[in-house]
Amino acid sequence: MNYLEVLRAAAPETALAITVLMVLAVDLTALRGESIERRFLTGALVSIIGCLMAAMFTFLHFGSTDPLHGLLVVDPRTNFLKVVLLALTVFTVLISTSGKFTGHVGEYLALVLLGTIGLMLLVSAEDLLMIFISLELVSLSLYVLTAFNKRNARSSEAALKYFLFGGMSAAFLLFGFSLLYGLSGSTNLPQIAANLAGRGLDPLLLVAIVTTVIGFGFKVAAVPFHLWAPDAYEGAPTPSAAFIASGSKVASFYILAKILKLGFAGAEGSAVWHGYVSGWTPVIAVVAALSMVLGNLTAIVQSSVKRLLAYSAIAHAGYMLLGVLANTPSSQSALLFYVITYALTVLGAFGVVTVVEEATGGDAIKNFAGLSRRAPGLSLCLLVFLLSLAGIPPLAGFIGKFFVFSAAVGADADHLGLLWLVILAIVMSAVSFYYYLQVLKQAWVLDASEGAPAIKVPPVMMLTLVLLAVLVVLLGCAPGLLLRCL
Amino acid sequence: MLAWTIYISFIGVLVLMLLPREAARAARIIALLTAIAGCVVAFAGAVQQANPGEVTTIIKVPWIPAIGASYYLAADGISLVLVVLTGLAAIAGILFSWNIEKRTKEFFAFYLALIGGVYGVFLSFDVLLLFVFYELTIIPKYFLIARWGSTRKEYGAMKLALYSFVGSHLVLIGLIAAWVVARAQTGHASLDLLELSKVSFPLGFQHWVFPLVFVGFAILAGLWPFHTWAPTGHVAAPTAGSMLLAGVVMKLGAYGCLRVAMVLFPEGVRMWQGEIAALAVIGIIYGAGVALVQKDFKFVIGYSSVSHMGFVLLGLATLNTIGLSGAVLQMFSHGIIAGLLFAVVGRMVYDRTHTRDFNDLQTMQLGRLLPFAGVTFVLAGVASMGLPGFSGFVAELQILMGAWKVFPMATILAGVGIVVGAAYILRAMQKAFYSDAPAAAKSGHDHPLEPISVPERIGAMMLIAASLVIGLFPGLLLNWIQPCWNSPLFERLLKGGSL
Repeated sequence: MNYLEVLRAAAPETALAITVLMVLAVDLTALRGESIERRFLTGALVSIIGCLMAAMFTFLHFGSTDPLHGLLVVDPRTNFLKVVLLALTVFTVLISTSGKFTGHVGEYLALVLLGTIGLMLLVSAEDLLMIFISLELVSLSLYVLTAFNKRNARSSEAALKYFLFGGMSAAFLLFGFSLLYGLSGSTNLPQIAANLAGRGLDPLLLVAIVTTVIGFGFKVAAVPFHLWAPDAYEGAPTPSAAFIASGSKVASFYILAKILKLGFAGAEGSAVWHGYVSGWTPVIAVVAALSMVLGNLTAIVQSSVKRLLAYSAIAHAGYMLLGVLANTPSSQSALLFYVITYALTVLGAFGVVTVVEEATGGDAIKNFAGLSRRAPGLSLCLLVFLLSLAGIPPLAGFIGKFFVFSAAVGADADHLGLLWLVILAIVMSAVSFYYYLQVLKQAWVLDASEGAPAIKVPPVMMLTLVLLAVLVVLLGCAPGLLLRCL
Repeated sequence: MLAWTIYISFIGVLVLMLLPREAARAARIIALLTAIAGCVVAFAGAVQQANPGEVTTIIKVPWIPAIGASYYLAADGISLVLVVLTGLAAIAGILFSWNIEKRTKEFFAFYLALIGGVYGVFLSFDVLLLFVFYELTIIPKYFLIARWGSTRKEYGAMKLALYSFVGSHLVLIGLIAAWVVARAQTGHASLDLLELSKVSFPLGFQHWVFPLVFVGFAILAGLWPFHTWAPTGHVAAPTAGSMLLAGVVMKLGAYGCLRVAMVLFPEGVRMWQGEIAALAVIGIIYGAGVALVQKDFKFVIGYSSVSHMGFVLLGLATLNTIGLSGAVLQMFSHGIIAGLLFAVVGRMVYDRTHTRDFNDLQTMQLGRLLPFAGVTFVLAGVASMGLPGFSGFVAELQILMGAWKVFPMATILAGVGIVVGAAYILRAMQKAFYSDAPAAAKSGHDHPLEPISVPERIGAMMLIAASLVIGLFPGLLLNWIQPCWNSPLFERLLKGGSL
């Protein structure tokens, strides 16, 4: 084993780890007596420089290498995903800068960056052990980030709930992995598939599939493993929630698809209408259908925008699972396009919520009343983000949906066997339009209460939101820009 | 050149967004200039097009090569007719909303965004692009009604938005399925309308996918029994909103039926021809009958739109050239006339009297107080009844002639609908303007009604002139429409039809 080679492959993660230490050091020494705002801005600057360095390192080694036999696989696709994850982290950090929820600025930013390291290792992993370790690194960071608002009891409650569910799901995942190892004698995904080939679908394998899906179903907040999500989104400081909903989703979906496609190759089964064959696709199909239906229907009755976004995230997890189960050569890029554009959009939406929350003291739908008068730019951004989530063209969300749905239908072009799921998805997406419109109605149609002052949006925040909104529009109008890289 | 109709509208939106909040007057003028520029480009482009029967490409560049989508704008005679209609309706709508004082610039920004989307639908020959523009119109519609509307505006707006969205999602299901089947058959992905129209989809597939796509579009055209958004939406909308809804947005639905559903699935149409005609006739009679008993002036016009759009759908169902030509002509004609009727009811009457209830209007003797409004309504009314000399006559006559060859019974029933149509217009005319009822004791004489303004007069005369010109010289439009039926696009649709 050549350690220099390993270090080169892990250069981005290493750079980020050094940044973590620097952020902590700077905040602890130089910024000790400063105001929270100053500390956040300086800390953010250091973190962003670190992210840019890491992104630069990924660009420098854009080739493919696999120095540790599956523990750390670097190829153009994982490199690109790492850049995406770093970009999402930068946006998360920028959104956090206007936060007043904590005095522990250095620790907060360090945890966000640690989570990012976990995510980056996760997309590079093709080995069960490495997957589990990086997943835990991500999860532990996220638990703490959720609990970061110490003044708010709901934040701690949310974190505890998140942690308990997360611990349980990690146990399930580990159980599934141990079965897989026992069945195949290897922890390397392609090796597992090779060793399992021709064995047929024995009951133990089925248990392994189900427990793996349970473990990841929790990570991506799919029904029926979603119960933590609304509480965590609502209780967590908004930037933490944005991080849970964006970066963590991208990596989790990528690795879920990888495990299922690489590790369980040959055990696909079929979720085709009237042509059911057991395997992992039917399991995913059921979870997807439940998520779409339950997520959308429950979102309708929410009065808190963060909870609404949580249920909409559950619904979107359902649509994304369609991309996982399509399982055709082109479906992976469709899935990644969807997940990445979703992450950008939802970051923006949470950014808007952050501002409104700071200004009005709450995130109830009512608090958005008259936003188009109180903050025209902000409400225009909100319009773009929510319409993209609803799937209105020409925004990125629509194109993503079109890709994923057509990939799912195209998976069985002869009999259109997966059309039933796509019809369900499209019908549910029509339902979702209603609740997004409820929020937009408050912002654009109703008036604020008498004498409500204009909302001042911090410039860094405004810049971030505009950038995100432009990206969402741009990727909708010219999806080729992103699609080419996937 | 025609593509600039779209770009000009969206440039107008951007300019309006950059205006300061107080500049209401500037906003109006910019909006009007944008609409006029769009209309001029539409006219010039239409006249310039050498051969209206052919699909003439305006621009075609790859958009998303992975799924075969391209940015493909083109026009044939049918597009030309509707683009010109959009141009006229856009100007008229702005003239009749000159009195919008509340958040003027936002009103016109949404308005122009809607217009831009409508132009886009009529000029798209890529199915995905058409769908993009089609959905793009939903959002401005919603905000125009919910923000600037009247009676139950939030309910009406939400109902319209959800109906449109559900309809377009039915279309989306059909499009994705058709795309997949076509790709499996031809071996390469394409969303080009001309290429897709050459694919012969399996009959079993067409049997279920055609009604899905057709109904999806027809919801917006007011197909009975999915029409219920139309009266509430029209009534809730501000004047310009209802003018555009009836004038062009309902045409989007009918256009989508013809351009996408019927062209892609010609055998599917034939399987469902009778059912479509039946629903169309029910719509004609039901709309007219309900209009006859309304107490609210605007509901009369709202239901009359359902009735008149029933003729368009009946014309489409005939599947012969004369009926189809009539349907396209009726789209144009109804766009003009309904716009005018809504202008009279919403702007000339309601904005001044603040009531649309016939019982109140009866006591006001508006015929004497607002003679211009009275005369305009009479002219628009007789045009709507289908009196010779106005555009409605030529259109409905052709539809009935086309339908007679295929569905004689339905034709007779539709004729009954015309008679009822005359009745509700006469009733409305009499109650609202020329009632004998004694004037109420404390009628509005102490504060007289504001006189009809210049922009209103110009707008009304423009629309009346358009209807008259087409009524007297239908050849102007028919020369654009009729050659289209020979194009390869409609070959399979008309091949098996009677005539």
